[in-house]
Amino acid sequence: MSQTFHHSTNTLSKLSIFGALFLVVGALWVTVEVNRSPYVTQEGVAREQPVPFSHQHHVGGMGIDCRYCHTSVEVSATAGIPPTKTCMNCHSQIWSNSPMLEPVRASFRNDTSIEWTKVNDLPDFVYFDHSAHVNRGVGCSTCHGRVDRMPLMAQAASLQMEWCLQCHRQPERYVRPQAAVFDAAYEPPADQRALGSRLVKEYGIHTRTSCSTCHR
Amino acid sequence: MKRLCVLCGMFLLIACRRDMQDQPKYRPFRKSTFFGDERSARPQVAGTVGRGQLHEDNLLFSGKSGTVFADTFPVPVDEALLRRGQERYRIYCSPCHGLLGRGDGMVVRRGYRPPSSFHVERLRAQPAGYFFDAISHGFGAMPDYAAQIPVRDRWAIVAYVRALQLSQNVPLADVPADERAELEKGTATP
Repeated sequence: MSQTFHHSTNTLSKLSIFGALFLVVGALWVTVEVNRSPYVTQEGVAREQPVPFSHQHHVGGMGIDCRYCHTSVEVSATAGIPPTKTCMNCHSQIWSNSPMLEPVRASFRNDTSIEWTKVNDLPDFVYFDHSAHVNRGVGCSTCHGRVDRMPLMAQAASLQMEWCLQCHRQPERYVRPQAAVFDAAYEPPADQRALGSRLVKEYGIHTRTSCSTCHR
Repeated sequence: MKRLCVLCGMFLLIACRRDMQDQPKYRPFRKSTFFGDERSARPQVAGTVGRGQLHEDNLLFSGKSGTVFADTFPVPVDEALLRRGQERYRIYCSPCHGLLGRGDGMVVRRGYRPPSSFHVERLRAQPAGYFFDAISHGFGAMPDYAAQIPVRDRWAIVAYVRALQLSQNVPLADVPADERAELEKGTATP
Protein backbone atom coordinates (compact mmCIF):
# COMPACT_ATOMS: atom_id res chain seq x y z
CA MET A 1 0.00 0.00 0.00
CA SER A 2 1.37 3.38 -0.95
CA GLN A 3 1.71 6.07 1.68
CA THR A 4 -1.09 8.63 1.84
CA PHE A 5 1.30 11.46 2.59
CA HIS A 6 4.54 12.20 0.88
CA HIS A 7 7.68 11.76 2.96
CA SER A 8 8.28 15.52 3.07
CA THR A 9 5.16 16.11 5.18
CA ASN A 10 7.13 14.79 8.16
CA THR A 11 9.30 17.87 8.01
CA LEU A 12 6.26 20.04 7.35
CA SER A 13 4.42 18.74 10.42
CA LYS A 14 7.48 19.29 12.62
CA LEU A 15 7.77 22.78 11.23
CA SER A 16 4.14 23.56 11.91
CA ILE A 17 4.40 22.43 15.54
CA PHE A 18 7.42 24.69 15.91
CA GLY A 19 5.63 27.46 14.02
CA ALA A 20 2.56 27.22 16.24
CA LEU A 21 4.75 28.19 19.18
CA PHE A 22 5.79 31.35 17.35
CA LEU A 23 2.19 31.97 16.39
CA VAL A 24 1.00 31.80 20.02
CA VAL A 25 3.86 33.97 21.29
CA GLY A 26 3.32 36.37 18.42
CA ALA A 27 -0.40 36.62 19.15
CA LEU A 28 0.33 37.36 22.81
CA TRP A 29 2.86 40.01 21.80
CA VAL A 30 0.37 41.63 19.45
CA THR A 31 -2.26 41.65 22.24
CA VAL A 32 0.15 43.31 24.65
CA GLU A 33 1.23 45.93 22.14
CA VAL A 34 -2.35 46.70 21.09
CA ASN A 35 -3.15 47.18 24.78
CA ARG A 36 -0.32 49.69 25.03
CA SER A 37 -1.23 51.49 21.84
CA PRO A 38 -3.08 54.83 21.74
CA TYR A 39 -5.99 52.89 20.21
CA VAL A 40 -6.65 51.45 23.67
CA THR A 41 -5.03 54.01 26.01
CA GLN A 42 -6.32 57.06 24.07
CA GLU A 43 -2.89 58.64 24.50
CA GLY A 44 -2.54 61.74 22.35
CA VAL A 45 -6.16 61.60 21.20
CA ALA A 46 -7.87 65.01 21.48
CA ARG A 47 -11.37 64.64 22.94
CA GLU A 48 -14.43 66.48 21.88
CA GLN A 49 -15.75 68.92 24.45
CA PRO A 50 -18.98 70.93 24.73
CA VAL A 51 -16.80 74.07 24.39
CA PRO A 52 -13.51 73.78 22.48
CA PHE A 53 -11.47 75.13 25.41
CA SER A 54 -7.85 75.71 24.43
CA HIS A 55 -5.11 75.33 27.03
CA GLN A 56 -2.71 76.52 24.34
CA HIS A 57 -4.46 79.89 24.24
CA HIS A 58 -5.03 80.32 27.98
CA VAL A 59 -1.77 78.89 29.33
CA GLY A 60 0.64 79.34 26.42
CA GLY A 61 -0.77 82.56 24.98
CA MET A 62 -2.10 84.39 28.03
CA GLY A 63 0.31 82.98 30.59
CA ILE A 64 -2.40 82.12 33.10
CA ASP A 65 -1.16 79.90 35.92
CA CYS A 66 -2.63 76.36 36.20
CA ARG A 67 -3.85 77.21 39.68
CA TYR A 68 -5.99 80.14 38.56
CA CYS A 69 -8.57 77.56 37.46
CA HIS A 70 -7.42 74.33 39.11
CA THR A 71 -7.52 75.89 42.57
CA SER A 72 -7.49 72.76 44.71
CA VAL A 73 -4.48 71.05 43.12
CA GLU A 74 -2.14 71.89 46.02
CA VAL A 75 -4.46 70.91 48.85
CA SER A 76 -6.65 68.13 47.55
CA ALA A 77 -6.62 64.82 45.72
CA THR A 78 -8.37 66.38 42.76
CA ALA A 79 -7.01 69.38 40.87
CA GLY A 80 -10.53 70.72 40.43
CA ILE A 81 -12.54 71.44 37.31
CA PRO A 82 -13.30 75.16 37.52
CA PRO A 83 -16.91 76.19 38.00
CA THR A 84 -18.50 78.25 35.22
CA LYS A 85 -18.03 81.33 37.41
CA THR A 86 -14.26 81.09 36.84
CA CYS A 87 -14.79 81.23 33.04
CA MET A 88 -17.09 84.19 33.49
CA ASN A 89 -14.46 86.10 35.50
CA CYS A 90 -13.03 87.10 32.11
CA HIS A 91 -15.67 86.04 29.60
CA SER A 92 -18.32 88.33 31.03
CA GLN A 93 -16.37 90.99 29.13
CA ILE A 94 -14.10 89.23 26.67
CA TRP A 95 -15.63 87.29 23.75
CA SER A 96 -18.91 87.89 25.55
CA ASN A 97 -20.92 87.59 22.33
CA SER A 98 -19.05 84.64 20.85
CA PRO A 99 -21.41 81.86 19.79
CA MET A 100 -18.67 79.37 20.70
CA LEU A 101 -19.06 80.39 24.35
CA GLU A 102 -22.86 80.17 24.42
CA PRO A 103 -22.79 76.87 26.40
CA VAL A 104 -20.72 78.68 29.06
CA ARG A 105 -23.15 81.57 29.28
CA ALA A 106 -26.14 79.19 29.32
CA SER A 107 -24.52 77.25 32.16
CA PHE A 108 -24.01 80.49 34.10
CA ARG A 109 -27.54 81.74 33.44
CA ASN A 110 -29.31 78.51 34.30
CA ASP A 111 -26.97 77.27 37.03
CA THR A 112 -26.39 74.01 35.19
CA SER A 113 -23.07 72.19 34.85
CA ILE A 114 -21.09 72.09 31.64
CA GLU A 115 -20.55 68.41 30.93
CA TRP A 116 -16.85 68.30 30.16
CA THR A 117 -15.38 65.04 28.92
CA LYS A 118 -12.81 63.77 31.40
CA VAL A 119 -9.56 63.38 29.51
CA ASN A 120 -7.11 61.95 32.05
CA ASP A 121 -9.50 59.35 33.39
CA LEU A 122 -7.82 56.91 35.74
CA PRO A 123 -9.56 53.63 36.54
CA ASP A 124 -11.85 53.90 39.57
CA PHE A 125 -9.67 51.57 41.61
CA VAL A 126 -6.76 54.01 41.48
CA TYR A 127 -6.63 56.66 44.20
CA PHE A 128 -4.36 59.30 42.77
CA ASP A 129 -3.67 62.41 44.87
CA HIS A 130 -2.61 65.61 43.10
CA SER A 131 -1.51 67.44 46.25
CA ALA A 132 0.86 64.64 47.25
CA HIS A 133 2.60 64.97 43.89
CA VAL A 134 2.74 68.73 43.21
CA ASN A 135 4.02 69.42 46.73
CA ARG A 136 6.91 67.01 46.22
CA GLY A 137 8.42 68.27 43.00
CA VAL A 138 6.33 66.39 40.44
CA GLY A 139 5.54 68.94 37.74
CA CYS A 140 2.19 69.21 35.97
CA SER A 141 3.82 68.64 32.61
CA THR A 142 5.55 65.46 33.79
CA CYS A 143 2.18 63.70 33.55
CA HIS A 144 0.02 66.10 31.52
CA GLY A 145 2.63 67.01 28.90
CA ARG A 146 2.94 70.37 27.18
CA VAL A 147 -0.58 71.51 27.99
CA ASP A 148 0.44 74.99 26.80
CA ARG A 149 0.68 73.55 23.30
CA MET A 150 -2.64 71.68 23.27
CA PRO A 151 -5.45 73.46 21.43
CA LEU A 152 -7.69 70.61 22.60
CA MET A 153 -6.88 68.54 25.64
CA ALA A 154 -5.39 65.11 25.07
CA GLN A 155 -3.78 62.57 27.37
CA ALA A 156 -0.01 62.93 27.22
CA ALA A 157 0.71 59.51 28.70
CA SER A 158 -0.77 56.03 28.57
CA LEU A 159 -1.84 56.26 32.25
CA GLN A 160 -1.13 52.54 32.50
CA MET A 161 0.39 51.15 35.67
CA GLU A 162 3.75 50.47 34.05
CA TRP A 163 3.88 54.18 33.25
CA CYS A 164 3.14 55.20 36.86
CA LEU A 165 5.76 52.77 38.12
CA GLN A 166 8.54 54.31 36.01
CA CYS A 167 8.50 57.25 38.39
CA HIS A 168 7.44 55.39 41.53
CA ARG A 169 10.49 53.18 41.14
CA GLN A 170 12.94 55.93 40.16
CA PRO A 171 11.55 59.30 41.22
CA GLU A 172 14.99 60.90 40.80
CA ARG A 173 14.54 60.65 37.04
CA TYR A 174 11.54 62.99 37.09
CA VAL A 175 11.37 65.30 40.15
CA ARG A 176 12.09 68.98 39.64
CA PRO A 177 12.62 71.95 41.96
CA GLN A 178 9.42 72.94 43.75
CA ALA A 179 9.51 76.40 42.15
CA ALA A 180 9.22 74.85 38.66
CA VAL A 181 6.30 72.50 39.33
CA PHE A 182 3.74 74.72 37.57
CA ASP A 183 6.06 75.76 34.75
CA ALA A 184 4.53 74.16 31.66
CA ALA A 185 7.67 74.68 29.56
CA TYR A 186 10.15 73.26 32.10
CA GLU A 187 12.93 71.17 30.59
CA PRO A 188 14.94 68.88 32.85
CA PRO A 189 18.62 69.88 33.09
CA ALA A 190 21.43 67.72 31.74
CA ASP A 191 22.37 66.61 35.26
CA GLN A 192 18.81 65.48 36.09
CA ARG A 193 20.11 62.38 37.90
CA ALA A 194 22.23 64.43 40.30
CA LEU A 195 19.56 67.10 40.79
CA GLY A 196 16.87 64.42 41.15
CA SER A 197 18.79 62.46 43.77
CA ARG A 198 19.33 65.63 45.78
CA LEU A 199 15.66 66.67 45.55
CA VAL A 200 14.44 63.17 46.44
CA LYS A 201 16.36 63.45 49.71
CA GLU A 202 15.37 67.06 50.29
CA TYR A 203 11.64 66.46 49.74
CA GLY A 204 11.63 63.15 51.60
CA ILE A 205 10.38 61.17 48.62
CA HIS A 206 10.16 57.39 49.02
CA THR A 207 9.93 54.88 46.22
CA ARG A 208 6.40 53.66 46.80
CA THR A 209 5.56 50.51 44.88
CA SER A 210 3.31 48.73 47.35
CA CYS A 211 -0.14 47.92 45.89
CA SER A 212 -1.92 49.82 48.65
CA THR A 213 -0.09 53.05 47.79
CA CYS A 214 -2.54 53.58 44.95
CA HIS A 215 -5.12 50.80 45.27
CA ARG A 216 -7.48 50.51 48.19
CA MET B 1 -7.82 19.24 30.27
CA LYS B 2 -8.99 20.85 33.50
CA ARG B 3 -6.16 23.36 33.32
CA LEU B 4 -7.06 24.18 29.76
CA CYS B 5 -10.64 24.87 30.82
CA VAL B 6 -9.46 27.24 33.57
CA LEU B 7 -7.17 28.99 31.11
CA CYS B 8 -10.01 29.41 28.60
CA GLY B 9 -12.23 30.71 31.40
CA MET B 10 -9.60 33.31 32.27
CA PHE B 11 -9.52 34.48 28.70
CA LEU B 12 -13.26 35.03 28.85
CA LEU B 13 -12.77 37.17 31.97
CA ILE B 14 -10.58 39.67 30.08
CA ALA B 15 -13.75 41.48 29.04
CA CYS B 16 -14.65 42.16 32.69
CA ARG B 17 -11.92 44.79 32.99
CA ARG B 18 -14.20 47.68 32.10
CA ASP B 19 -16.59 47.22 34.98
CA MET B 20 -13.79 47.51 37.48
CA GLN B 21 -12.53 50.62 35.72
CA ASP B 22 -15.85 52.42 35.81
CA GLN B 23 -17.51 51.54 39.05
CA PRO B 24 -21.01 52.76 39.93
CA LYS B 25 -19.82 55.18 42.61
CA TYR B 26 -19.24 58.90 42.90
CA ARG B 27 -15.77 60.24 42.23
CA PRO B 28 -15.27 64.03 42.24
CA PHE B 29 -17.36 65.87 39.61
CA ARG B 30 -19.09 62.69 38.46
CA LYS B 31 -22.61 63.05 37.13
CA SER B 32 -25.47 61.91 39.32
CA THR B 33 -28.74 60.40 38.14
CA PHE B 34 -30.21 60.66 41.63
CA PHE B 35 -30.17 64.39 42.32
CA GLY B 36 -32.28 66.79 40.29
CA ASP B 37 -29.37 69.01 39.26
CA GLU B 38 -27.37 65.95 38.14
CA ARG B 39 -24.43 66.85 40.38
CA SER B 40 -22.90 64.38 42.81
CA ALA B 41 -21.24 67.26 44.67
CA ARG B 42 -23.92 68.65 46.94
CA PRO B 43 -24.27 72.26 48.08
CA GLN B 44 -24.19 73.01 51.77
CA VAL B 45 -27.58 72.62 53.42
CA ALA B 46 -29.09 76.08 53.97
CA GLY B 47 -28.97 77.35 57.53
CA THR B 48 -26.11 75.09 58.64
CA VAL B 49 -22.66 76.13 59.84
CA GLY B 50 -19.78 73.72 59.30
CA ARG B 51 -16.68 73.45 61.43
CA GLY B 52 -14.40 76.40 60.72
CA GLN B 53 -17.22 78.38 59.12
CA LEU B 54 -18.28 80.44 62.12
CA HIS B 55 -16.08 83.37 61.03
CA GLU B 56 -16.09 85.00 64.47
CA ASP B 57 -12.91 86.98 63.78
CA ASN B 58 -14.34 90.08 62.17
CA LEU B 59 -11.01 91.55 61.06
CA LEU B 60 -9.80 88.28 59.52
CA PHE B 61 -12.96 87.56 57.55
CA SER B 62 -14.21 91.03 56.63
CA GLY B 63 -11.16 93.29 56.79
CA LYS B 64 -13.07 95.63 59.05
CA SER B 65 -12.76 96.67 62.65
CA GLY B 66 -16.31 97.46 63.62
CA THR B 67 -17.82 98.71 60.37
CA VAL B 68 -14.85 100.59 58.86
CA PHE B 69 -11.96 99.09 56.90
CA ALA B 70 -9.01 98.38 59.17
CA ASP B 71 -5.44 99.24 58.29
CA THR B 72 -4.04 96.42 60.42
CA PHE B 73 -3.40 92.81 59.46
CA PRO B 74 -5.05 89.92 61.35
CA VAL B 75 -1.97 87.77 60.60
CA PRO B 76 1.72 88.51 61.33
CA VAL B 77 3.33 90.16 58.30
CA ASP B 78 6.70 88.49 57.74
CA GLU B 79 8.81 87.38 54.80
CA ALA B 80 6.97 84.07 54.50
CA LEU B 81 3.64 85.90 54.16
CA LEU B 82 5.04 88.28 51.53
CA ARG B 83 6.49 85.40 49.50
CA ARG B 84 3.18 83.57 49.67
CA GLY B 85 1.44 86.80 48.68
CA GLN B 86 3.78 87.29 45.72
CA GLU B 87 3.10 83.76 44.49
CA ARG B 88 -0.68 84.08 44.89
CA TYR B 89 -0.70 87.59 43.38
CA ARG B 90 1.03 86.24 40.28
CA ILE B 91 -1.52 83.42 39.96
CA TYR B 92 -4.78 85.26 40.58
CA CYS B 93 -4.16 89.00 40.17
CA SER B 94 -1.43 89.52 37.59
CA PRO B 95 -3.60 88.43 34.62
CA CYS B 96 -5.38 91.80 34.94
CA HIS B 97 -3.35 93.96 37.34
CA GLY B 98 0.01 93.08 35.78
CA LEU B 99 3.12 91.95 37.61
CA LEU B 100 3.78 95.43 39.03
CA GLY B 101 0.15 96.36 39.70
CA ARG B 102 -0.07 98.95 36.95
CA GLY B 103 -3.31 97.53 35.60
CA ASP B 104 -1.77 96.32 32.36
CA GLY B 105 -2.08 92.52 32.57
CA MET B 106 -2.60 90.22 29.59
CA VAL B 107 -6.37 89.97 30.05
CA VAL B 108 -6.65 93.76 30.05
CA ARG B 109 -4.60 93.89 26.84
CA ARG B 110 -7.19 91.57 25.31
CA GLY B 111 -10.03 93.94 26.07
CA TYR B 112 -11.04 93.65 29.72
CA ARG B 113 -11.87 96.96 31.39
CA PRO B 114 -8.53 98.15 32.81
CA PRO B 115 -8.30 98.32 36.59
CA SER B 116 -6.75 101.31 38.30
CA SER B 117 -3.02 101.19 38.94
CA PHE B 118 -2.16 100.42 42.57
CA HIS B 119 0.24 103.36 42.47
CA VAL B 120 -2.25 106.22 42.35
CA GLU B 121 -2.70 108.41 45.40
CA ARG B 122 -6.29 107.22 46.00
CA LEU B 123 -5.26 103.57 46.35
CA ARG B 124 -2.05 104.25 48.26
CA ALA B 125 -4.22 105.95 50.89
CA GLN B 126 -6.68 103.05 51.22
CA PRO B 127 -6.42 100.85 54.33
CA ALA B 128 -5.44 97.18 54.00
CA GLY B 129 -8.99 96.04 54.71
CA TYR B 130 -10.17 97.84 51.57
CA PHE B 131 -8.07 95.56 49.35
CA PHE B 132 -9.17 92.50 51.31
CA ASP B 133 -12.78 93.47 50.70
CA ALA B 134 -12.18 94.00 46.97
CA ILE B 135 -10.73 90.49 46.66
CA SER B 136 -13.58 88.99 48.70
CA HIS B 137 -16.49 90.78 47.05
CA GLY B 138 -15.15 92.20 43.81
CA PHE B 139 -15.02 95.86 42.87
CA GLY B 140 -16.46 97.52 39.77
CA ALA B 141 -15.71 95.25 36.81
CA MET B 142 -13.59 92.96 38.98
CA PRO B 143 -15.33 89.73 39.98
CA ASP B 144 -15.02 88.36 43.50
CA TYR B 145 -12.29 85.83 44.27
CA ALA B 146 -13.86 84.39 47.42
CA ALA B 147 -14.19 80.94 45.87
CA GLN B 148 -10.68 80.85 44.40
CA ILE B 149 -8.53 82.39 47.14
CA PRO B 150 -8.76 81.23 50.79
CA VAL B 151 -8.98 83.98 53.43
CA ARG B 152 -5.38 83.79 54.67
CA ASP B 153 -4.05 83.90 51.12
CA ARG B 154 -6.13 87.04 50.49
CA TRP B 155 -4.32 88.75 53.37
CA ALA B 156 -0.98 87.57 51.98
CA ILE B 157 -1.91 89.17 48.66
CA VAL B 158 -2.91 92.41 50.41
CA ALA B 159 0.48 92.47 52.13
CA TYR B 160 2.19 91.96 48.76
CA VAL B 161 0.12 94.74 47.16
CA ARG B 162 1.37 97.00 49.95
CA ALA B 163 4.93 95.92 49.15
CA LEU B 164 4.32 96.65 45.45
CA GLN B 165 3.02 100.10 46.32
CA LEU B 166 6.12 100.75 48.39
CA SER B 167 8.41 99.47 45.64
CA GLN B 168 7.03 101.87 43.04
CA ASN B 169 7.08 104.96 45.21
CA VAL B 170 10.45 105.08 46.94
CA PRO B 171 12.14 108.46 47.38
CA LEU B 172 15.62 108.33 45.89
CA ALA B 173 17.02 109.25 49.32
CA ASP B 174 15.78 105.88 50.71
CA VAL B 175 17.78 103.88 48.17
CA PRO B 176 21.14 102.64 49.53
CA ALA B 177 23.99 104.85 48.29
CA ASP B 178 25.74 102.14 46.25
CA GLU B 179 22.58 101.25 44.35
CA ARG B 180 21.56 104.85 43.85
CA ALA B 181 24.31 105.39 41.33
CA GLU B 182 23.08 102.29 39.51
CA LEU B 183 19.55 103.71 39.38
CA GLU B 184 20.71 107.06 38.10
CA LYS B 185 22.53 105.32 35.28
CA GLY B 186 19.24 103.65 34.48
CA THR B 187 20.72 100.17 34.17
CA ALA B 188 19.08 98.52 37.16
CA THR B 189 16.59 95.79 36.33
CA PRO B 190 13.32 95.69 38.25
